[in-house]
Amino acid sequence: MTDADPVRLYRTVRLIRRFEQRAVELVHGGQIVGGIHPYLGQEGIAAGVCAALGVDDVLAGTHRGHGHVLARGADPARMLAELCGRVTGLNAGRGGSMHAADLSIGVLGANAIVGASGAIITGAVWAHRRRGRDTVGVSFFGDGAVNEGMLLEAFNLAALWRVPVLFVCENNGYATTMPVAGAVAGSIAGRAAAFDIPAVQVDGQDPETVRVAASAAVDRMRAGGGPELIEARTYRFDVHHTFEHAVRLDYRPPDEVTRARTRDPVRIQGERLRDSDRAAVDAEVEATLDAAVRFALSSPEPDPADALTYLYASGLTARTGGGS
Amino acid sequence: MPRLSYRRALTRALADELTRDEAVFLLGEDIQVGASLVTTGLAKRFGTDRVRDTPLSEQAFTSFATGAALAGLRPVIEFQIPSLLFLVFEQIVNHAHKFPLMTGGQCSVPVTYLVPGSGSRTGWAGQHSDHPYSLFAHVGVVTVVPATPADAYGLLVTAIRHDDPVVVFAPAGAMDVRDDVDDLVPVPLGRGRIHRFGDDVTVVAIGHLVHDALAVAEELADQVSVEVFDPRTLYPFDIDGLTESVARTGRLVVLDDGNRSCGMAAEIIASVVERVRLLAPPRRVTRPDGAVLPFAPALDRAVQPGRDQLATAIHLTMKDSA
Ligand SMILES: Cc1ncc(C[n+]2csc(CCOP(=O)(O)OP(=O)(O)O)c2C)c(N)n1
Ligand SMILES: [Mg+2]
Repeated sequence: MTDADPVRLYRTVRLIRRFEQRAVELVHGGQIVGGIHPYLGQEGIAAGVCAALGVDDVLAGTHRGHGHVLARGADPARMLAELCGRVTGLNAGRGGSMHAADLSIGVLGANAIVGASGAIITGAVWAHRRRGRDTVGVSFFGDGAVNEGMLLEAFNLAALWRVPVLFVCENNGYATTMPVAGAVAGSIAGRAAAFDIPAVQVDGQDPETVRVAASAAVDRMRAGGGPELIEARTYRFDVHHTFEHAVRLDYRPPDEVTRARTRDPVRIQGERLRDSDRAAVDAEVEATLDAAVRFALSSPEPDPADALTYLYASGLTARTGGGS
Repeated sequence: MPRLSYRRALTRALADELTRDEAVFLLGEDIQVGASLVTTGLAKRFGTDRVRDTPLSEQAFTSFATGAALAGLRPVIEFQIPSLLFLVFEQIVNHAHKFPLMTGGQCSVPVTYLVPGSGSRTGWAGQHSDHPYSLFAHVGVVTVVPATPADAYGLLVTAIRHDDPVVVFAPAGAMDVRDDVDDLVPVPLGRGRIHRFGDDVTVVAIGHLVHDALAVAEELADQVSVEVFDPRTLYPFDIDGLTESVARTGRLVVLDDGNRSCGMAAEIIASVVERVRLLAPPRRVTRPDGAVLPFAPALDRAVQPGRDQLATAIHLTMKDSA
């Protein structure tokens, strides 16, 4: 099931990198309102993990979630349209950067509440398996989430009921400005150990290393194993959120940032390709994103009269705010 | 005519839906044994895979249900205590309720949250006696508070079949009500019920208070003709049904076992006076602002809306329009 093709793995990290860079430009240009949490520097994790998944599998991401959705194979044009709040977006413009979801490929959404997705994925995987599918799930979360009780409850439930969920902690060293050392007593892997959940630490900057670790975990889970945890050590190359481009916050030593940026997942994976292959992928990704930007910016904005369409799946309609 | 208790009506609804639809399953604390006396016998009949005891992890199992619903199942969660809803307000409101809109209509989250024994249980004190239905109505989660065995059955069945999250409050004060019930049928959401017709004043009563309102109406029968309206569903609210009633009587009193500020009674009164010119100012009988139910039985009762207060409110409303 695993996709071990190094060219495709490179394409994924490159696509996420360039998507994010263009999205940041669109934030600065005012076409994306509200800003984004760029996934820059962490691309290898989503790419490596998603390469280990099959079609029936499900995942849920985070506020820093573009990479997870793209790595799973969502259409970059509809993804970008969503960020721009257009009707053609994945969520018809109702979700935006922090909630982009594509249920048709098993992306149950980015979840903007830290630590919230683990239990949702656990329930979804359990339900799919009860209905006879061979589904495994992935819950991505940051180092900040490991202090949320909700997530630790989900660890317990998944382990207790042996639900095959791969918990992927993207440890980028900070929760907004809070360093891990200032927030995490004990260790991340130690939390897994408390529930007898096997855990490994991997270099999240190397997409292939992540893919190998995720594939091994997925194989064990498909063979009947319970949940596992991967702590992927990573670093975000840019800001927590694009508001920091306007407001300088002083919490990461500049030399730490410079040093971390030398371990670039796009470069690391790119060096495994022949120059001509890499150039071909780069060109194809640029063309895809050129088209995505054109599509997003030329798509219609939603009609304000339809603001609460989709509020109820049952078709219930809400009273309006009145005044007329 | 078979007599059925409110509690057994809930059991019947769960059993019938478990039988009818393989996608339905139950989650909760101590439900296999049936500590609440609602799920009694269901684990034996339907298996422990579909009647699942959970660890004490309300936040995790509430979102577990959301995930299971996203994957096509219809979970029903039983909560042991009404205040546990505070613990999972996040999971219900910020996740289950918001997913359909936030995903642009890509999904539905058909979960039922059942709270047997909501409101005061006499002697269970501050942390076990809340009746937080107005919170869910406020955020737009479908909220039902059945008063009778037939409605308990019919609304729970409808809740389970409904494609959005539904909170079902089964008041402690109604759990032992028994009734003659002919046929058990689904009850539509958002449709109130007039239990007693009257000409002078419409009393809206919620949940177990419907029975108090009926008793007061009988008591006062020789002085004032009271209509008793039971909304059954608080959100969506049957404002058309209530408007029709108040348009006839011209007077409105609301009996609501919730706190006063921003409570259900306030919403009901506002919705009516937007539409109907009343003959007298409307009145409401509620819990006090910010109520915490004290332990001692006399104090517990003192904080809940009672029959005497209702009778007084009806008299004052009549006097105001004399
Ligand atoms: C429960 C919760 N608390 C606080 C926030 C505000 N918030 C958004 S992202 C974030 C930091 C999260 O850090 P981490 O989990 O390490 O992820 P990272 O941003 O580093 O990818 C915070 C505090 C939130 N969204 N949810
Ligand atoms: Mg972090």
